[in-house]
Amino acid sequence: MAHIRLENVTKNFGSHTALKGLDLEIADGEFFVLLGPTGAGKTTTLRLIAGLERPNAGSIRIDHEDVLGWNAAQRDVALVFQHYSLYPRYTVRQNLEFPLKSRVRRSPQPEIDARVARAAKTLRIEHLLDRKTDRLSGGEMQRVSIGRAIVREPRVFLMDEPLSNLDAKLREALRSELKDLQMKLGATFLFVTHDQIEAMSMGDKVGVLNQGRIIQVATPQEIYNRPRDLFVAGFVGSPAMNLLPGEARDGRLTALAGQMELSADGSAREWLRRFAAPVTVGIRSEDIRIGAAEAAEAQVHDVENLGVEKIVTLRIGEQLLRATAPASLELPIDSAVRFGWNPEKLHFFDTGNGMNLAVT
Amino acid sequence: MADIILRDIQKYFGEAHVIRQLNLEVRHREFVVLLGPSGCGKTTTLRAIAGLEEIDSGNILIDGKPVERLRASDRDIAFVFQLYALYPHLTAYENIAFPLRATSESRAAVDAQVRRVARALAIEHLLSKRPSALSGGDMQRVAIGRALVRRPKAMLMDEPIGSLDAKLREDMRTEIKRLHLENDTTTVYVTHDQVEAMSLADRIAVMHDGVLQQVGTPTDVYRHPANLFVAQFIGSPVMNIAKASFREENGRAQVIVGDGDGAFELPAELQRRVAAANRPELTIGVRPESVRIARQPADGFTQVEAHIIEPLGAYDIVDLKLGRQIFRARTPSGFVARAGDTVWARLDAAQTHFFDTSSGGSLDVRLSG
Repeated sequence: MAHIRLENVTKNFGSHTALKGLDLEIADGEFFVLLGPTGAGKTTTLRLIAGLERPNAGSIRIDHEDVLGWNAAQRDVALVFQHYSLYPRYTVRQNLEFPLKSRVRRSPQPEIDARVARAAKTLRIEHLLDRKTDRLSGGEMQRVSIGRAIVREPRVFLMDEPLSNLDAKLREALRSELKDLQMKLGATFLFVTHDQIEAMSMGDKVGVLNQGRIIQVATPQEIYNRPRDLFVAGFVGSPAMNLLPGEARDGRLTALAGQMELSADGSAREWLRRFAAPVTVGIRSEDIRIGAAEAAEAQVHDVENLGVEKIVTLRIGEQLLRATAPASLELPIDSAVRFGWNPEKLHFFDTGNGMNLAVT
Repeated sequence: MADIILRDIQKYFGEAHVIRQLNLEVRHREFVVLLGPSGCGKTTTLRAIAGLEEIDSGNILIDGKPVERLRASDRDIAFVFQLYALYPHLTAYENIAFPLRATSESRAAVDAQVRRVARALAIEHLLSKRPSALSGGDMQRVAIGRALVRRPKAMLMDEPIGSLDAKLREDMRTEIKRLHLENDTTTVYVTHDQVEAMSLADRIAVMHDGVLQQVGTPTDVYRHPANLFVAQFIGSPVMNIAKASFREENGRAQVIVGDGDGAFELPAELQRRVAAANRPELTIGVRPESVRIARQPADGFTQVEAHIIEPLGAYDIVDLKLGRQIFRARTPSGFVARAGDTVWARLDAAQTHFFDTSSGGSLDVRLSG
């Protein structure tokens, strides 16, 4: 159990700046997901907290104590990686006991047995305890890796893309298992991933990282419904949010060659009224409706049948727009359709700096 | 112009029987996706069509003509791999034009064809660049352009966008589908990604352990999976599966899931039809969107505890606890407020599947649809 705080952390590798003035706070008992594309600085952040890297500037505190002078063992964090580093000739039980038998921190055998039994039960690997790890499936190996982190009862769990090597079905199952585990343990989890579905489905809080900077820290719902900038808007959600250039026409703001009349409220309206700078309009596919009575017209460019629903790509002039439609809707390619949108679900961004006009 | 027929294909790698008695017909201008987990035989099948792999027995016919004895280069088929195999010292233009070098076409004709393909792929501005200056998506576009420029009879693609990031994959999917339509080609496409298969295919051929499990439209394989493997391989989140048996309670039919972990009410007519199939052990399968949830008790609904809630933005996935069984339900965003809340659930009878547990085969019993 631990509270983690990074303040103004900068990390350089040679002339490359991996993190720039990063601020991050993870509450005690929180499942915090750090989400970003390759090279965003996610793993570097995690390694800084673990004590495997030293920052060039800034402070790192665990439970309000400055830990910069502490080594990895003293920080008492447990790491789980994408590639499970188990001892292949050892049994699962021996692998789980290993962290408890270190020279610095050897626990008495009854205590070791109790902890291993508890971890094995939590992860449902009791039947595997006497099997050698080279005879396990990928999912079982990753469970054992997590078990090895659990037995130590560390202050913080740090996980670096632990599900990325597993197949889709197993990833789905382990997602809820990990979330369940974290809730049971009440532990602080920092989970790093490039997969927005993992971030949304597991995180109490999600921190979106891009090019060494934290862009937004919020609940999954907030990130999805009020993305702070164009990067977050495009990165979170599948299909990606439709982003269209806004056009000033006859004193009104429109998109899609005048077919989409835009109205906004709050600070975005104020901003739009002045037409101060080019604006980008965002709308998610599920906020677009297809129907005969709708206002605008488009051609069907592509239809993707996902079974549960269809993703329809509409073509309006040169612009493409994705809409979610019921699976039962039949739409021939290149046929003409009409579409409308939910005006309350429009997002407005300053095209120049990418910021969401309603959030900032 | 091509249809491709695979007849009784057998293929061994040493002891391993990697393609077992495979029969498949790909019609002219059809987009067929071979879908399955790694090691299922899908890539070997594709390579056999291309002539990159010999088969041990069976026939491969392209436009009605057997091609088993033809070399790859004589089959008039283009191949795109996951890893863009471009010539690093040639520009994008030269890479695309490369397959036309051996033909006797005029420089102007070659130029026209390269530009036509480049326009379709929106890479006209990249033609003078070398591969090292291109992003992954652009390199793959060039590789596809090179395959298309010859106007081959058929396009074979082996996970062509598997190495790209999620957003780019979404865009490339649409482009590949449009290219297929606009070029009037026959396409056979291999992937392990069911979303890709569902969104691209006219028909999907699902493979497992070298055996073709089911061939059908995306709607067929999603709504009427032939067996438990297909049922669980297609769709995300995965279809809920549990041991099932029926009982009658107050004159109403109930299906008991797991080892008596919980029960759902189903129409007696469905019970009657399942019973008529007379199988000793049954497995029930229900997709998350077919598990209906109410926040108040309602007739025919079962009380359950909501466990983990996954907010995916457009909708939520809620884990429902029935004893030790978990059933996952798809709900509108925020419909169940908190983990631990009590809610009421019902199964959509028209979308409830029953399988023979020992064979895995679907009983093909449904009330409607």
